[in-house]
Amino acid sequence: MSLLEVDDLSVTYRIAAGDVPAVRGVSLSLDAGEALGLAGESGSGKSSVAMALLRLLPRSARLDGRVLLDGEDVLAMKWGRLRAVRWSAASIVFQGAQHGLNPVQRIGDQIAEPLLVHRLASGAQASARVRELLEQVGLPTWRARSYPHELSGGQRQRVMIAMALACSPRLIIADEPTTALDLMVQAQVLTLIRRLIAEHDISLLMISHDLSVLADVCDRLAVMYAGRLVEAGPSSGEFRHPYSQALAAAFPTVGDPASRLAPRGLAGDPPDPQQLPGGCAFHPRCPVALESCSSTPVDLRPAGERRTAACVLVGEDRARGN
Amino acid sequence: MLEATEVAVEFASRGRRARAVDGVNLSIGAGEIVALVGESGCGKTTLARTLLGLERPTSGQVSYDGTPLSYTGRRLRAFRRQVQLVLQDPMGSLNPRQTVYEAVAEGPRIHGLPDEEEVVASALSRAGLRPPERFFLRYPHELSGGQRQRVVIAGALALSPKLLIADEPVASLDASVRGEILALLLRLRDELGLAALVVTHDLGLAWNIADRVAVMYLGRIVESGSTEEVLTNPQHPYTQALLSVLPESPQRIVLSGEPPDPTRIPTGCRFHPRCQLVAAGKGADACHTTPLPVLPPTTTGSEVACHLAQVPTPR
Amino acid sequence: MSNVSWIRRRRAGARFWGKFRTRTAGMAGLVILVLAVGLALIAPLFIDSSVTNVVSGTSEKMAPPSLDDPLGTDESGRSVLEMVWWGSRTSLLIGFLAALLSMVIGTVLGIAAGHFRGWLGAIILRITDWFLVLPSLVTALVLAAILGGSTATIIVAIGVTSWPSTARLIRAQTLAVEARPYIERSLALGAGHWHITTRHVLPNVAPLLLASTTLEVASAIVTESTLAFLGVSANKTSWGTMLRGSYDWGAATAGAWWYILVPGLCIVIVVLAFTLCGRALETVLNPRLRTRAA
Repeated sequence: MSLLEVDDLSVTYRIAAGDVPAVRGVSLSLDAGEALGLAGESGSGKSSVAMALLRLLPRSARLDGRVLLDGEDVLAMKWGRLRAVRWSAASIVFQGAQHGLNPVQRIGDQIAEPLLVHRLASGAQASARVRELLEQVGLPTWRARSYPHELSGGQRQRVMIAMALACSPRLIIADEPTTALDLMVQAQVLTLIRRLIAEHDISLLMISHDLSVLADVCDRLAVMYAGRLVEAGPSSGEFRHPYSQALAAAFPTVGDPASRLAPRGLAGDPPDPQQLPGGCAFHPRCPVALESCSSTPVDLRPAGERRTAACVLVGEDRARGN
Repeated sequence: MLEATEVAVEFASRGRRARAVDGVNLSIGAGEIVALVGESGCGKTTLARTLLGLERPTSGQVSYDGTPLSYTGRRLRAFRRQVQLVLQDPMGSLNPRQTVYEAVAEGPRIHGLPDEEEVVASALSRAGLRPPERFFLRYPHELSGGQRQRVVIAGALALSPKLLIADEPVASLDASVRGEILALLLRLRDELGLAALVVTHDLGLAWNIADRVAVMYLGRIVESGSTEEVLTNPQHPYTQALLSVLPESPQRIVLSGEPPDPTRIPTGCRFHPRCQLVAAGKGADACHTTPLPVLPPTTTGSEVACHLAQVPTPR
Repeated sequence: MSNVSWIRRRRAGARFWGKFRTRTAGMAGLVILVLAVGLALIAPLFIDSSVTNVVSGTSEKMAPPSLDDPLGTDESGRSVLEMVWWGSRTSLLIGFLAALLSMVIGTVLGIAAGHFRGWLGAIILRITDWFLVLPSLVTALVLAAILGGSTATIIVAIGVTSWPSTARLIRAQTLAVEARPYIERSLALGAGHWHITTRHVLPNVAPLLLASTTLEVASAIVTESTLAFLGVSANKTSWGTMLRGSYDWGAATAGAWWYILVPGLCIVIVVLAFTLCGRALETVLNPRLRTRAA
């Protein structure tokens, strides 16, 4: 059975100006020990998906669908159970390591906090665990006594990862864990994440706008556009959906003659969730759109081995995949 | 066209002198796109500000068309028409209380150019905002990130500059929009002969648009040359390491730690404490003791500041 | 060019008015202010300064409200209604001009202190601090006493003692604005000090300034009344001098409540109206309080 099963998840923000459909029917599954990458641009709904998994969304958000974590529906959980699930079964590494840490509390105390809150350890056990965690993420143990401002961006991100690991969760959700980090530090953090999920047999859901970073760490990739999945498949294969292809081309391979002096992007901008284009939401920007794309929505359909894509141009004659 | 000679910029930082830029030679020719690559804190933004005349070098000089930059009002203003700036965050670079029209008209107004409305309209359409009249009365918050960056670029174009200095021009834009903005820079070069210095940490971006690449580490340029040469056949161990951590590269060299801060520049080669060759025992004594000379500005060949690299053959 | 900027200004004005209109308290304040200012302006059409003349008082002294004198009379038999009406001209004039003076000084010094970071800014800041710790009422009293009593003196006395808090506010805002990247962009476009401060800093502090000026007028009217009550006045009838008169002539012990209450209420109502307006302006104009469309 898969560890995480997301079934037809929708997130709608109710604001003064009306409903904003941020996520529109996303289904995902993640096996134990698997790493899944969720890619998309700002406004694609990828972060809303991540937050919805642990119900960390603001009150104005309405959730529909099912999120099964270990067979238990997160969306139907009582408050107390939900609190236990956060951290101990699944935990989140946020983007922007500056704001995720309390500036007036020592690193060690912040890492120990979930352990003490969930009564998983006594004071002495907790500080032993903190030292162990710091070593695991490659920080010297004396750093437990430091304050966040004494650390560099990369070190803070390591602390965030140590915090996520504290209660030995089975699933880690990492939301843009390397954004705003330098190339070399990003490589260090990615290496760390890769090592930790392999060593501890943790499942990972990693969210990023950078497909190449995701492909680096994850077994499978899913691409979101305008609140829906447009493609999902193994990270090794070729993309079939024109949007995924464009997203992949946005970060060129150094040394690839095709991209030399030829930056590629898409015309136009990601759509406003309140004014989504009809039919396939991607059609106004699609370089290969057909006439029918502006009127007929497309669901995910089989597009090769273990791959699905929501485009009329793939697997035209086959049955619906989803 | 624009040239930095032995430029150094120092700041006082907690009682110590921080040499943010520590001797740099760099030249940008007419119609040339140069990428200045480095990690945060390497001094690339300070160098860009110095080239713009927004920062005065502690020593060395910046010259434009062979004339050293003068920091008195009138001469500096004339220089400003030639060299323009595009910043990373397009939202922050536009005054939220000004319309698109006013933002683009700012330069022409400062310099008292005639036919303001015409200049603004043509700058906007050059930057890909067409028809320009539709954007005149919009406010920055009504635009998308890509459109905002186009407005910033239009604001620079309104002065018909010869050179654009772009500091991480696409870093805060959506992935699918990046390509279009970079393509715009290339198109402006082809149509107007506009040269550009692109400051970035993104090697893919350099590969996408730059003719030449200069790699900066801790206030110095450690390697420079044509994009193909530097990015496909890097000579400096630092450049090699940077390229090796790109996702598609087969073998990774992940350097440990982070660059030291510019108040404490290591002796000898400034890269030696993190150098993978030194760590592997392949270093020479000179790495620890002998400082390297400042690289000359190159427009043709490539240059490496490393004791271990073979002297590159000039092309 | 003027065409394009013009349309923008008109639109911005319409948007501002649309938002201000939804603030009930602010609108109430505005209506009262328009009434008060309007009445003060048209006063010369009906009465003149003779209503404040001691010898021209013809009615009974300290008479309670009656049909002849709807708000009673004072110790010389002058009509309190006519005095309050005429006195509003002095009170409002001093309030507006003193606030204006204080705002101009505060804005210029505040922007200068924020814009010029070097020794100039430091000196201005020290001067501001020095004025800030002076007890402003006492200073105003002394100033008015030294300069002699005229309307202009009172305005100057209030104006030069109340600017430091404005300067502080404007300086903080200037620093915040100048840290924004668009200032850097503007510098790269070739902008000088004048351009940066007038085109970027001033428009960004202007809303704050407008709101704060409105509040400042209220406080200037109170200060004027206080000064008058303490005996420093321009020898012209104002609400403050009327209060002073009621005190001097023992209106309270004589049971002449109308003599105290009417000018007092006038001050309270006008100050309240200014405050309501100022608060509403603050909410409508302050970008931090405003929810911006995404």
